[in-house]
Amino acid sequence: MTIDIDKANQTAVERMMAARPILKGVARARDVIPGMQPNLLLHAGPPIEWSRMSGPLRGAVIGALILEGLANDEKQAVGMVEAGEVQFDPCHHHQTVGPMAGVTSASMMVYELENVTHGNKAFSNLNEGYGKVLRYGAYSKEVLAKLRWMNEEMGPLLAEAISSGEGIDIRALLSESLHMGDEGHNRNKAGSILYTAKLAPLLAKATKDTDLLSEVLKFLGENALSVLNPVMAACKAMADAAHGVEGSTVVTTMARNGTDFGLRVSGLGEQWFTAPAEVPDGLYFPGYTSADANPDIGDSTITETAGIGAFAMAAAPAIVTFISGTPQDAINATLEMYEITAAEHTAFTIPQLDFRGTPTGIDIRKVVELGIPPRVNTGIAHREAGVGQVGAGLVRPPMKIFEDALVAFAEKYGL
Amino acid sequence: MNLKTEIRPGTYFDSVVLMHLQRSLAALPGVDDAGVVMATPANLELLAEFDLLTDEGKAARPDDMLIVVRAKSEKTAVDALAQVDELLKKRRSSVASEFRPRSLEAAAKQLPEAAFVLISVPGRYAASVADQALDLGRHVFLYSDNVALEDEVKLKHKAGDKGLLVMGPDCGTAIVNGVGLGFANRVRRGDIGLVAAAGTGLQAVTAGIHNLGGGVSQAFGTGGRDLKTDVGGLTALLALDLLARDPETRVIVLVSKPPAAAVAARLLGAARACGKPVVIEFIGYPSPGRQIGNLHFAASLHEAAELAVALSGQPPIQEKEQTPLKGHLRGLFSGGTLAYETLLGLQGVLGPLYSNTPLSADQKLEDVFNSQGHTIIDLGEDDFTQGRLHPMMDNDLRLRRLKQELEDPETALILLDVVLGEGAHPDPASELAPAVAAGRNGRKDVEFAAIVVGTNEDPQGLDNQIEQLQSAGATVFRTTAEAVNHVSRRLAAAPAGIAAPVDIVPFQHPLAAINVGLESFYDNLKTQGAAAVQVDWRPPAGGDEKLMGILARMKSAARG
Repeated sequence: MTIDIDKANQTAVERMMAARPILKGVARARDVIPGMQPNLLLHAGPPIEWSRMSGPLRGAVIGALILEGLANDEKQAVGMVEAGEVQFDPCHHHQTVGPMAGVTSASMMVYELENVTHGNKAFSNLNEGYGKVLRYGAYSKEVLAKLRWMNEEMGPLLAEAISSGEGIDIRALLSESLHMGDEGHNRNKAGSILYTAKLAPLLAKATKDTDLLSEVLKFLGENALSVLNPVMAACKAMADAAHGVEGSTVVTTMARNGTDFGLRVSGLGEQWFTAPAEVPDGLYFPGYTSADANPDIGDSTITETAGIGAFAMAAAPAIVTFISGTPQDAINATLEMYEITAAEHTAFTIPQLDFRGTPTGIDIRKVVELGIPPRVNTGIAHREAGVGQVGAGLVRPPMKIFEDALVAFAEKYGL
Repeated sequence: MNLKTEIRPGTYFDSVVLMHLQRSLAALPGVDDAGVVMATPANLELLAEFDLLTDEGKAARPDDMLIVVRAKSEKTAVDALAQVDELLKKRRSSVASEFRPRSLEAAAKQLPEAAFVLISVPGRYAASVADQALDLGRHVFLYSDNVALEDEVKLKHKAGDKGLLVMGPDCGTAIVNGVGLGFANRVRRGDIGLVAAAGTGLQAVTAGIHNLGGGVSQAFGTGGRDLKTDVGGLTALLALDLLARDPETRVIVLVSKPPAAAVAARLLGAARACGKPVVIEFIGYPSPGRQIGNLHFAASLHEAAELAVALSGQPPIQEKEQTPLKGHLRGLFSGGTLAYETLLGLQGVLGPLYSNTPLSADQKLEDVFNSQGHTIIDLGEDDFTQGRLHPMMDNDLRLRRLKQELEDPETALILLDVVLGEGAHPDPASELAPAVAAGRNGRKDVEFAAIVVGTNEDPQGLDNQIEQLQSAGATVFRTTAEAVNHVSRRLAAAPAGIAAPVDIVPFQHPLAAINVGLESFYDNLKTQGAAAVQVDWRPPAGGDEKLMGILARMKSAARG
């Protein structure tokens, strides 16, 4: 078989960059996510069984079962899981992504994005903000109460508001926020403000309940991660557009479930390549150290997959100390990622690099040849369920998954 | 418990700065824990969980920065708080470092004007790095040794097609645009350009030139195998052609250990045609004399430097050459040694050179009775003298062969030797000169030359013999060296066919280079004021054979 890998990669990455994901609505997961079932829980990262799940993911599973009314408490929830009454599936198998544990259940409200260039859709749950949250495995009464408010009060209002407009172009929003100090993964301050500003007039028209309106605006406006979930879904829509190009070595999925780091490649179909996830290197909140940290978790690596996040680090000098460095180190971080990518993004540019496009489309050949695994900016979860975020920092996927993928590619294409 | 709290009202810092400060405080000796936050309710709760919230802290407002330190003693805690401003101001001591790319591709993007890539990685990886450099359109200085010969040939053919130089492998030195690469002496710039297949040879000559007051325009190393048959002088020919076109270069020096005969012929042929004085020092290589046209043969490295400096002081050569003849040399000799010396002298500039007494087996005449290409025959050999007198006594055989050559349309120049003395023919010119005159008459396109060996004491009379031959239209010489010089001028070898000449522009700008390998080479470049990028090179795929194999197959598949 003769393949032209460079040409295939060019096709893949051009599709990724041409994808234009528009936030079109908010709806119940069971109504929009393909294959969603009442007893199905979606989770971040590659497939994993209960026995190997880490603390935060287990906590999120328990919380979701209680939220869905399938279990009354932790004991009952665990019993159900152990009796095999609950199905698990990666978000990624259902056109969905979720930050940290990423647990998404049937009754949750989710963002619905459509890539208007290629027609594919992507979904993500709503961001809960900081503190004790389900995505870090917390499932206390307060956590569940907030989720219910999000699903029953804020969600429907968002749905009404967003569907009343023309949709929100998330790629355009990201292009702008990258010029305002965001990198789109760990720092979404500017993007979240832009997002709230776009929603505010729509929300105001969608309800007469000014108390609710005020609450929702406050919730969105104070949460510097409000836009993270739509951004992730947008990145998912872009990455999916690049998936399935025969002969392409471009990475279309990087995701972690708190135990394993998983990788998928455009030209290698639905096969996952996995290896144990590592503990991120970073800065910790008061009272915590790396001994408290859970191994890397979450689908948010979809941002790096699509050419932002750590790849756009040069655009976000405010958070360079996460990589314990100087603004020059932030620039170096982005420069390093150019070495392992197939293209420079046509929509995402970096003022600090004279508006050079962000490094886009990780090429497993280059990763293996140069020995440079992609950089990932990430939040750090406590290893125990429900404690929450303990820090933030930098992590790199294990090299092995790229090597395994390269070997599989050689086998598939007879190289 | 020694808990100290400080509130800075209305002071905002990004949470990352705060976390960083907190880490620095917690790392101070005697400090057990520290908390630095903006005093939002959530953060106060967080501090409370770790017993870091004092009553004082509880009073802080969300816009305030709250700093708490728990230490072994109160004094330590107070001292720690006193350091906050300093810690906030503190920058990392290490200067922000410039990005060091891992790949050649990234380096080329970082310094697009870099026209040269210096490679000093282990030999087994060097060829593939050099190949990448050529793909990126860069000239290569390949210091690495242990590069396979077939890789060298492949690289140099590829470079030749692209008009790029591959200096090396095992190239220790070069001076490009005034900047020394590898091991190079500090020499002033000037008008002497060098091409050398010998590293220390190049150093000796460039140093010599400097010490004699001369200067160097460019000095290219080719690697020791370049002038061997397998490589065929590919780099030397390109470099010579470049120097011939370089307006800064007035004199060219070629330095090598003895090259393969065929390669020497190509190189000297190209040097003959280059239009500039060329000093040649092919250590130990037999040369017929000191000079053939613009070629000056040196007897030592130092003499090469002396000749070059002397020539650079002279006005440019204004050779008013006659139009060279088209066709072949036919040398009809009676004396075996004269024939042999002529063969040696001409082998460098006219090749192949066929003979019944050839310098190498592949230049043996197929049929001694019929010439082919450039031919020099020793008619005193047994093939011709069986049953007849030696041609020094009897001209009959030579006259017949001369007639035969005149009937061959390829014949352009006939060279004879005339050896006088006791026992020889009493008046050889009386028979040869009429044949020359008749030949000139019948073939206007054929020239004649003769080497006459003898004295005025000889029975035949030297002057008399010369006079007869000259009157008949032959050009007469007293030494083989002069005759060789004449022949090489009249039958100038075609200039070496350079498919893609090296673009001269990068050699007229300040040097910019990418260094892959030995960091000292990078430092040397910077010290000399050249723009340079150091590649943080590692073996591909960490040296894993299986993965390297796959990557190599992917690359070759991409090339179809």
